Amino acid sequence: MIGFGASELTEALALLSAWQALPLTVLVPALGALLILLTGRWPNLRDSITIATSLTLLWLVLPILIDVAQGGRPGNRLVEIFPGLPLAFKAEPLGATFAAVASILWLATSFYGIGYMRGHHEENQTRFFACFAVAIAATMGIALSANMMTLFIFYEVLSVSTYPLVTHSGTDEAKRAGRVYLGILLGTSIGLQLVAIAWTWTVAGTLDFEAGGILAGHVSEVTVAVLLALYIFGIGKAAIMPFHRWLPSAMVAPTPVSALLHAVAVVKAGVFTVVKVVVYIFGLDLVASSTMGLALAYLAAASILIASLVAMTKDNLKARLAYSTVSQLSYITLGAMLATSAGVLGGGLHIVMHAFGKITLFFCAGAIMVAAHKTEISDMRGLGRRMPFTFVAFFVAAISIIGLPPMGGAWSKWLLALAAAEREHVLLLATYMISSLLNIAYLVPIAVRGFMPAAGEGMGEGWRIREAPMFCVVPLCLTALATLVLFFAADPLLAFLEPIAPPTPEAP
Amino acid sequence: MIAVYWQTAMAWLTQLEPHFAPLQVAIPLIAAPICVLIRQRRIAWFFTLVVTWVTFAIAVALLVQVRSSGDISYAIGGWEPPWGIEYKVDLLSALVLVIVAGIAAAVMPFARVSVEREVPNPRIYLFYTMYLLSLAGLLGITITGDAFNLFVFLEISSLSSYVLISLGRDTRALTAAFRYLILGTLGATFYVIGVGMLYMMTGTLNIADLATRLPALQNLRVVEAALAFLLVGVGLKLALFPLHTWLPNAYAFAPTVATIFIAATATKVSVYVMIRLLYTLFGGTDFFATTGVDEALVGLGMVGMIAAALIAIFQRNVKRLLAYSSVSQIGYMVLGLALGNVAGLTAAILHIVYHALMKAALFMAVGCATTQARVVQIEDLAGLGRQMPVTMASMVVGILSLIGVPLTVGFVSKWYLLQAAFVAGDWAIALVIVASGLIAAVYGWRVIEAAYFTDAPEGRAEVAEAPLSMLVPLWLLTGLCVLLALNAEWTMTLAEEAARALMNGAAAGVVP
Amino acid sequence: MSYAVFSSFNYWMVIVLMMTGFFIVIAQGNMVKKVFGLNIFQVSVFLFYISMSPIEGGTPPILDERFELYSNPLPHVLILTAIVVGVAGMALGLALVVRIKAAYGTIEEDEIERLEEEMP
Repeated sequence: MIGFGASELTEALALLSAWQALPLTVLVPALGALLILLTGRWPNLRDSITIATSLTLLWLVLPILIDVAQGGRPGNRLVEIFPGLPLAFKAEPLGATFAAVASILWLATSFYGIGYMRGHHEENQTRFFACFAVAIAATMGIALSANMMTLFIFYEVLSVSTYPLVTHSGTDEAKRAGRVYLGILLGTSIGLQLVAIAWTWTVAGTLDFEAGGILAGHVSEVTVAVLLALYIFGIGKAAIMPFHRWLPSAMVAPTPVSALLHAVAVVKAGVFTVVKVVVYIFGLDLVASSTMGLALAYLAAASILIASLVAMTKDNLKARLAYSTVSQLSYITLGAMLATSAGVLGGGLHIVMHAFGKITLFFCAGAIMVAAHKTEISDMRGLGRRMPFTFVAFFVAAISIIGLPPMGGAWSKWLLALAAAEREHVLLLATYMISSLLNIAYLVPIAVRGFMPAAGEGMGEGWRIREAPMFCVVPLCLTALATLVLFFAADPLLAFLEPIAPPTPEAP
Repeated sequence: MIAVYWQTAMAWLTQLEPHFAPLQVAIPLIAAPICVLIRQRRIAWFFTLVVTWVTFAIAVALLVQVRSSGDISYAIGGWEPPWGIEYKVDLLSALVLVIVAGIAAAVMPFARVSVEREVPNPRIYLFYTMYLLSLAGLLGITITGDAFNLFVFLEISSLSSYVLISLGRDTRALTAAFRYLILGTLGATFYVIGVGMLYMMTGTLNIADLATRLPALQNLRVVEAALAFLLVGVGLKLALFPLHTWLPNAYAFAPTVATIFIAATATKVSVYVMIRLLYTLFGGTDFFATTGVDEALVGLGMVGMIAAALIAIFQRNVKRLLAYSSVSQIGYMVLGLALGNVAGLTAAILHIVYHALMKAALFMAVGCATTQARVVQIEDLAGLGRQMPVTMASMVVGILSLIGVPLTVGFVSKWYLLQAAFVAGDWAIALVIVASGLIAAVYGWRVIEAAYFTDAPEGRAEVAEAPLSMLVPLWLLTGLCVLLALNAEWTMTLAEEAARALMNGAAAGVVP
Repeated sequence: MSYAVFSSFNYWMVIVLMMTGFFIVIAQGNMVKKVFGLNIFQVSVFLFYISMSPIEGGTPPILDERFELYSNPLPHVLILTAIVVGVAGMALGLALVVRIKAAYGTIEEDEIERLEEEMP
């Protein structure tokens, strides 16, 4: 797409220029939320607005992508909070990628969500879709913010706006889970991240994301270590252990929420922030030379393994997927902590690959819940024959998460492993490999057993296709297909990302 | 015709302009007894409304004057300072005047409905009389340049606020007022002792004059003792933890309008007095270095920030919860002013302004809920998020601001406080600051959860949204809480300039 | 030493009165006694101000050719104001006590506290 005729595309779709589109990416979903609230009485109109808003958002993200691909770094500042500290947007490859992934998947989730919520007869759908739109607005803000303060603001908006989604069912259990969710996310961000940000501002005098980092030359080695720890633990959304508990808690939410927000928007916002901080606040050199970076890398590795092991013990499908997410997120954190070009690019690529894979898995979990009312893995034996599309999609996405060709996940894992090899940390390299084996062990059997005969059921009986509604099945098939496409599209994507951490031939 | 009137009015105003400083205090002071004569409650209300608005206009005019032509000094009765009483307006006092008079003016439209609901009708005119007196006292404290005159105004504002509190419906309002009276009078008397000692040593009561004489005497035990008496006295008035015991019940059981006014202004003016003491009166001495006052205040401020916030978590009464939150927030201000750097002092001054706005807005929101749905306990808020969306939305903004969430004013002052902690080289203080914000999130969340995520109790009649006369002032203040954060530069420049002026004044006075 | 004690006799008296008043305020549960303790405390401060103003050999501050050394009149003026303030405070305190008695039936702190604990 990037290769051919960007200008023709711009004209054909009447695209805005990138700097105009930037603030609108936040405003449009926010306005959409307002409209959804106002039209709550007419469900069809309300849901059309959701779809229309997500289409508009895609239309807005497109010019940003084109501009960034052509080497532009469009920016737009709204208001100056303090002198030198504005609320501002600026697109760069990583952020544009994240924005694109989130907006594409929002469209898919909008369809899916409508099918799911109606199929499941959920209450308070208006609040649900409105909060969803606000969460997307915040995600766009995070992806495209020009400085750490702007990012932090949208980060908090995202935490708060997803709370009503997590506690959607309104049961006591949901409320308890919601408290854990909000408690950890707000606690880490205000308690640690904010301190780190204020400290950064004090020593560096700026919070802008700048290539090469803003801290270099302003801080001692000890300060770097403390700051790095404050940032990494303060970004609770990245779910590095021991601050991962909120993610399994969030699984009480309706599945579309788990799918888009807790496999893509919220968690990716976390690791995205980690990468952003490492690349644009610290700079790769500063992290690479810090012992704390290495210590955190090992902690991330531990997170990967422990979460994978926990995932194997979970019988509830969503819980298993949640722990799998915890594990996969630490892949990216680990990549960032390795602070090499391959690590950062692999992390960036993994944000995309994992997003498509994991959202498919969650879509499948939701579809199973809607069509067969099953939540436990042990009950799903034989279900694949009634829901073939769902289970095939599950299998495809699982392969991508594991990181086997010909699915997209293969590339990002390859790069991440390469980074570990470059830094000559055999243990970390081994972690990636062992974890992949564990992934196979806890994901593949679900799909395979789905096609086996259920206990006490003959081969020929009950063989009738009973899939979830079309609104659910079509999106999940498309996202599964996307993981396959991404395998072949990895090269242009990598080329797109490369400017954030160009591989240096003259590296020592 | 109109033009003639206009011209006459303008000519009048120009003639009056040099006298704005005394008028600032005199107008509400004289209006108070007139209000007693009016007796009719609606007329008394309207009269008070007009007076507060005029007072506010004067305060703004004073701020403009100070900005354009520097500090104002006014000799009362033509007696030149240091012999006579001097009224002195600098940037800091102008700022405090504007916020005190502004809150008083903003509360008045709100007051009519709320006061008629909560104060026995035959006493309403007395309520407004006391309101005006209290306002006059607070403005007087802020504007006077005379240490003893300050005490007189302190007592005027205190005595009238005891009465305001005792007019609450709950019988506990009486005991709350009594306890406040005992502690308040003790505090004021401590202050007088301190002033007496200083007078004994220097023979002057003028603050500026005292400030020039004290550096020569700073090693004397008497002067140190005087400082201690002054600080304890003011500490009692500003409810510095652990001298805060009078505050929670006083806020909880006073009529809502009294709570709004006292919570938003009285403690802030006391913080202002503390800044004056430390940075103007004792500004020339090196007491910060020698006496350990700063460490004591930093410690008490931090303990207050945490302890009071923790206590707030366990409150069931909404107003008491907000009251403990006030004690905690006062800790922020004391910490800021005690850190002894420009960023900290700026944070303290900013927080005086911001906290006045957000606490006034929060108590107003509670007032709306009380008027419409008889809300006393947190549980009573259940379901109001849906039934009173406008009021509750403002409550959410207020709470977010208390927590210090970005895009609210609470964040701006907290940001400065964090800077101050880092400049002072102590990131442990920074952690305490954010920890206090987190605890605020816990108690704030209880309110939000009750209002939005709990269903209204069965059988409660439909609750209507509060009348416009209450909602407009509420949203005026709430809007400011957001607007001043979106464009923090305006208040920030003022506060920083005021802080620098205090610091420089202090530095210039040091005798080598 | 004894001379020093004697020469600042007034201050010793002030301190004794001050501590007496302060003790009553803190230790007494009876609200009327509390108010009076407060009053004693305040009066000690009045004495402090008044007794600091005379000067040895000074005369009352009446302008006349025959006198050269005047006592300081200002503290008296200040204390006149303070007395008015003190009286107002005491009156208000006692008025509150009357209302409290009517509302609670007692003016003892501990009993009132017990009654208040039972309130919601």
